[in-house]
Amino acid sequence: MGANGNKQEFTGRFRHIWDRERVIAPLLIAPAILYIAVLVGIPFFMAIYYSLSDATIGDPTLNFVGLRNFQDVLMDPVFRQSLKNTLIFTFVSQIFVLVLSKILALALLQDFRGKWLVRFLILMPWTAPIALGTLGWLWMLDSIFSPIDWMLRYLGLLGTPGAILGANSNMYWLGVPALAMFSVILVHIWRMLPLSTVILLAGLTAIPQEILDAAEVDGAGFWRCLFQITIPLLFPILAIAFLFGIVFTFTDIAVVYVLTQGGPIHSTQVLASWAFFKGIEAGDLAQGAAVAVFLFPVMAGVAVLILRFARRTEVT
Amino acid sequence: MTQVGTRGLKKYFGEVKAVDGVDLTIHEGEFLVLLGPSGCGKTTLLRMIAGLEQPSAGEVIIGGQVVNELPPRARKIAMVFQSYALYPHMTVFKNIVFPLKAQGVKKDQWQQKVEAAASMFRIETLLHRKPRELSGGERQRVALARAMVREPSVFLFDEPLSNLDAKLRNSARYELKRFQQDIGTTTIYVTHDQVEAMGLGDRIAVMDLGKIRQIDTPHEVYHEPANTFVASFMGTPPMNLIQRNNVLVGFRPENFLPKEIYDVSADLKSFRFYVRRVEHLGSDRLLYGFLKNDGDEEDTATIAKVPLNVSVPIKEGQVYEFAVRTQNIKLFDRATGLRTENDGI
Repeated sequence: MGANGNKQEFTGRFRHIWDRERVIAPLLIAPAILYIAVLVGIPFFMAIYYSLSDATIGDPTLNFVGLRNFQDVLMDPVFRQSLKNTLIFTFVSQIFVLVLSKILALALLQDFRGKWLVRFLILMPWTAPIALGTLGWLWMLDSIFSPIDWMLRYLGLLGTPGAILGANSNMYWLGVPALAMFSVILVHIWRMLPLSTVILLAGLTAIPQEILDAAEVDGAGFWRCLFQITIPLLFPILAIAFLFGIVFTFTDIAVVYVLTQGGPIHSTQVLASWAFFKGIEAGDLAQGAAVAVFLFPVMAGVAVLILRFARRTEVT
Repeated sequence: MTQVGTRGLKKYFGEVKAVDGVDLTIHEGEFLVLLGPSGCGKTTLLRMIAGLEQPSAGEVIIGGQVVNELPPRARKIAMVFQSYALYPHMTVFKNIVFPLKAQGVKKDQWQQKVEAAASMFRIETLLHRKPRELSGGERQRVALARAMVREPSVFLFDEPLSNLDAKLRNSARYELKRFQQDIGTTTIYVTHDQVEAMGLGDRIAVMDLGKIRQIDTPHEVYHEPANTFVASFMGTPPMNLIQRNNVLVGFRPENFLPKEIYDVSADLKSFRFYVRRVEHLGSDRLLYGFLKNDGDEEDTATIAKVPLNVSVPIKEGQVYEFAVRTQNIKLFDRATGLRTENDGI
């Protein structure tokens, strides 16, 4: 009787343990916090610490040197070139991504035959491994066997005297500085487009049909509807898509690494790739870290601004 | 003022016949209510008149002109939606001015037109606010102002009062009716609420399964239903329908009263009414029960609605003599559900 009573008391006390918010809430949130702390937080603070030290791969002992790495890095013309490239790479690609994804999302909102196939194809670049997709582009942009060049030649735009794109048999997409930048941006747009499209599509479907109907009855044509109703109502989500794009692009290394390795002559070098080459391949951990964390304050500021804008344009 | 009509109008969504051959004429300046249960096709019909939905067959005629090929903006209509569909990112002023801009009205007229519309609905003080800062009733008035600012030939309303609370709905109904009478614009109003329909409509078109079952004045639709659908859709509680031989005998619960309250000379049809349950609803008593049969017909569930001034005591579980004036009895064909002549009752 006594044992039985004790058991009941025991199960009584713990029976509803999973219903208690104080127990279940920390348990559920713990994996996310652990993930951020271990895989983001620790490397981040290590990078800051490295950037203030004189560590190299050959001599990883950490001696505090203050802001010397940042001074050195700023004096480096390659760094300044990379900074400029990063800004061009990011903003040009993101503006194209936003405009194109808006068009795609609008198109995908319509009903038409084979819509699922188009959706599937548009999502492909996002679902394929980045390195693999970019390798595909590496072949497409090959200096000799590029199928793009072949098509241009076939159309008579290239490879004959007086052709619009020149008399050379090839464009050398990745070998000419301006074309290399163009190619890197193009591939990056190809890769970022699906995510942005899906985000905007979600935003578009969230606009109540009655509001669009009202605009139509009120006399608004397609463009007025687009610029005065749809886009303003999409601002919060456009801002989020833009922020995602910027963060992804600023920190991206895959496209540049696979296509050009930052070349020719650093013309496509971006901060992420330069940090990698400098810190890992060249072994100067401290300077690599300085390059990597250089833009953190700027990015944080941009993120705050965009999130504020998103909140201010929210309407409900 | 414009006449609106439809000829053989149909809308099929795959297999579903949302609107199934509607012929309708709405007179100049008339207030027509499309009434019916959810999914009866009334909103689809309205959207086809607006041009927001393309008919599968048939014609929409506005002001004597077939407008099937015209986009909504060219039909000179204004529409008020159930959710009001105010543009949430614009102030009230910008909401009201939007149709003017879209129609290319000159800028120097905006202010005066918006103020006129706003003062009509007493929202002048709200012009700088955003929709989210307004109450439900204020939003509804903004939607009305936005609809009338461009002086349309036809108003289309899609359940514009259903998001208001009950008290506000009554006053909004009154204002809406007064406003429509003042400006005299042809109006089509969709609702599933028969009280709204009775109160607002010059005529009511009762719809079911994509077809118009009856179109007539509120009085006729209520008192002279053309078929059993209208009879059982209109009225709370609906008309009693009692099967006798090959006809359905219909009478309204409020016409079914204790026999003793009638004059002796009255032309009556009496029934023995077994009362199973009594509900006191303040102004009325609702009596649920069934008719005791002498013959072999089944007992039929029947409701009586006895007003408070009839003080005859009625207890549950007892049988009483109830009666209906013969003029209040409507007969329907059992097979088709259509009205038949009152003979032999």
